Amino acid sequence: MSESFSMNTPLTAADGVPLKTRLQQQRRMRQLKALLLVLPLALFLLLTFLVPIATLLTRSVDNPEVVSVLRETTQALKPWDGKSLPAVAVYDALSRDLQRAQAEKTVPDAAKRLNMEQSGFRSLLQKTARKIPLAPEAGQSTRDAFIALDERWGDVSHWQVIARNGSSWTPYYLMSSLDLRQGADGKPELVPEDERAFLSIFGRTLWMSFWVTVWCLALGYPLAYWLATLPTRKSNLLMILVLLPFWTSVLVRVASWIVLLQSEGLVNGALLWLGIVDAPLELAFNRTGVYIAMVHILLPFVILPAYSVMKSIPPSYMRAAISLGDHPFAAFWKIYFPQTIAGVAAGALLVFIMCIGYYITPALLGSPQEQMVSYYVAFYTNVTINWGMAAALGSLLLLATLLLYGLYSRLVGANRLSLG
Amino acid sequence: MADEVLVSFRGVQKSYDGESLIVKNLDLDIRRGEFLTLLGPSGSGKTTCLMMLAGFETPSHGEIHFDGKLLNHIPPHKRNIGMVFQNYALFPHMTVAENLAYPLTLRKMGKSEIADRVKNGLAMVRLESLGHRYPGQLSGGQQQRVALARALVFEPKLVLMDEPLGALDKQLREHMQLEIKHLHERLGVTVVYVTHDQGEALTMSDRVAVFKDGIIQQIDTASTLYESPANSFVANFIGENNTLRGEVVDLAGELCDVRLHDGALVKARRVAMLGSGEVTSMSVRPERVRLNAAAAGCENRLQARLMEFIYLGDHVRLRMEVAGQGGFIVKVPVGEVDAAWQVGDMMDVGWMARDVRALDALAA
Ligand SMILES: Nc1ncnc2c1ncn2[C@@H]1O[C@H](COP(=O)(O)OP(=O)(O)OP(=O)(O)O)[C@@H](O)[C@H]1O
Ligand SMILES: [Mg+2]
Repeated sequence: MSESFSMNTPLTAADGVPLKTRLQQQRRMRQLKALLLVLPLALFLLLTFLVPIATLLTRSVDNPEVVSVLRETTQALKPWDGKSLPAVAVYDALSRDLQRAQAEKTVPDAAKRLNMEQSGFRSLLQKTARKIPLAPEAGQSTRDAFIALDERWGDVSHWQVIARNGSSWTPYYLMSSLDLRQGADGKPELVPEDERAFLSIFGRTLWMSFWVTVWCLALGYPLAYWLATLPTRKSNLLMILVLLPFWTSVLVRVASWIVLLQSEGLVNGALLWLGIVDAPLELAFNRTGVYIAMVHILLPFVILPAYSVMKSIPPSYMRAAISLGDHPFAAFWKIYFPQTIAGVAAGALLVFIMCIGYYITPALLGSPQEQMVSYYVAFYTNVTINWGMAAALGSLLLLATLLLYGLYSRLVGANRLSLG
Repeated sequence: MADEVLVSFRGVQKSYDGESLIVKNLDLDIRRGEFLTLLGPSGSGKTTCLMMLAGFETPSHGEIHFDGKLLNHIPPHKRNIGMVFQNYALFPHMTVAENLAYPLTLRKMGKSEIADRVKNGLAMVRLESLGHRYPGQLSGGQQQRVALARALVFEPKLVLMDEPLGALDKQLREHMQLEIKHLHERLGVTVVYVTHDQGEALTMSDRVAVFKDGIIQQIDTASTLYESPANSFVANFIGENNTLRGEVVDLAGELCDVRLHDGALVKARRVAMLGSGEVTSMSVRPERVRLNAAAAGCENRLQARLMEFIYLGDHVRLRMEVAGQGGFIVKVPVGEVDAAWQVGDMMDVGWMARDVRALDALAA
């Protein structure tokens, strides 16, 4: 469709539709076409990627155990003020719930879940369930019988734990992942200092990722610049060397780093032999080793995008700046560098994002002090089978990644990369 | 002081690989205020000369003086020479106004002075309203003008342009040629311009230096280059040319007699220092050739066969075979065309001795 528009007449297309509207329609058509083209891939991703992630994420707030096992108890606790001991009816409900759960063999589920929030709850619940039904002595209420069985049943805090789990979702896992808990007044508060773990793990993850990114940039940027200034034939050859490690599995590369870096390893052997050091350096199974291996593995992710933007910048930009009177170094920073930021930031962000989810290298080449968030995700998934914590940690990682991406697109305008 | 020398190359040589000389013993004086074009086929070393002047390449040998100073050891950013690149090289992350302000800021000018000069610079290329745009939002011609303004805004004595119009389409290119020419006339700045488009060179320049293989073949005004080429390369490179090969048989002062292959004798101006018996290529411009009756008064008259008849609106081109050599072109204004001419006809062609130049022999 061809419209002729002149600047003097009001801006309408030939058929009288305002030009803006018409442009908008055309843009929407273009976007629709683009959308149709990406649809198959989008569907594939939805089914194999997004849906599983979404289900996993719901696990981080999923809390079915207590509600389903202690159904009547949680129901009866609804009107409870949370300060004094619950009414006798609640104890009756608990008695009935436990009796049923004992028959259905579901007591351990609830016991495990309650034990997460208050240690000792597992044994308390299982012990009580075994004794059910209680036979109250004359004049004794069910409550008295419970307390007689175990005085913890007369402790308000245990009842608060049950009441907190009276809904089928819980902020517990997410809060625990941030070293938070629900205080007595129901407000979130930091757990006592000696119980804190995850904040420092998140901090360590970000800190280590930051340094790996910095090192990748420091090593990758000059290399990419050098490659970009070389004649294409040479740079292609060298590029293959950069990419070579890509063709080996990460596991193999980490293993070879162990061989190289350990105290009897090749690096230390060479240093000792050359007399540069007297005692072997601690290079493996500490942070140095993790940094070395991660920088090595992630370096190509900085070099490739940096190289490709640098290659697209003709030398005439620098020459123009210099001919206008700028010193070559200043011209580099003012003219060349800004044009590379988008590509370099893309690479750096990629490295950072890959870092915060890194697992294998710290696991193999680090001490416990180098383990990052994903190690604990694996730990909760494989060792303690605590899906809630694994999912909560995973969700927080995902959130961090999304935030970083948002930041990135603000910085370099990746949102310009829109459909159509 | 039109003839004062601003730039001089003295014995300048350049080699990239240490084996072959890209620029061979260049001696060149560029006069203050002139528009000098370096013209030559691809790879003849034009850009290399420009880059040595700008400081991005160093001469392997020889000296370049600029405004009385030896330039060889002055780094490019201290040379104060404006440059326009074929790809414009406008800084994409700066607006047009910021691009123009760039050299001014470096020269530590005050804010208001910079603003004034940027405004004037934009006015000079008639882009007053586009200062806030980014280069990516401009058309090719507009970007070209911004590049021009940026190279001129800090008032350099010398501006270098390396095929600045190469990326534009023909119409825009012709328009910009005139625009650059007028700017040059108005500002009086010295311009060294590189192109391999001879039309561009002839249109714009005060003088044209014709390059071939790193050697200046001839440096002269456009009309001298066209009317009095110094050698066969220039004769063929500039404008349309007819070449007749023959052997010098007699020398007579300014003139000489040349025998063509079929035995016919042609009287020609002796331009190359040729001796008797040497082979020469003679050059005749197509519009100097007269036909039939008009040829009667010419010193040189030959028989020619009409091979092809090409109608071009304002004139007609006849492709003829002369003395056994094909590809001889004659231009005839439409008014002088005889309707009876047929392909295959034999005709008289003739030209004055002063219009034919005996030059160095071209490789056959
Ligand atoms: N940096 C370089 N390294 C090696 N050889 C070069 C370099 N720059 C140019 N050359 C060679 O020098 C010769 C002259 O190049 P130059 O760029 O001066 O030609 P030019 O006359 O500008 O040609 P064009 O009209 O194609 O731009 C060419 O053969 C080219 O291959
Ligand atoms: Mg060139």
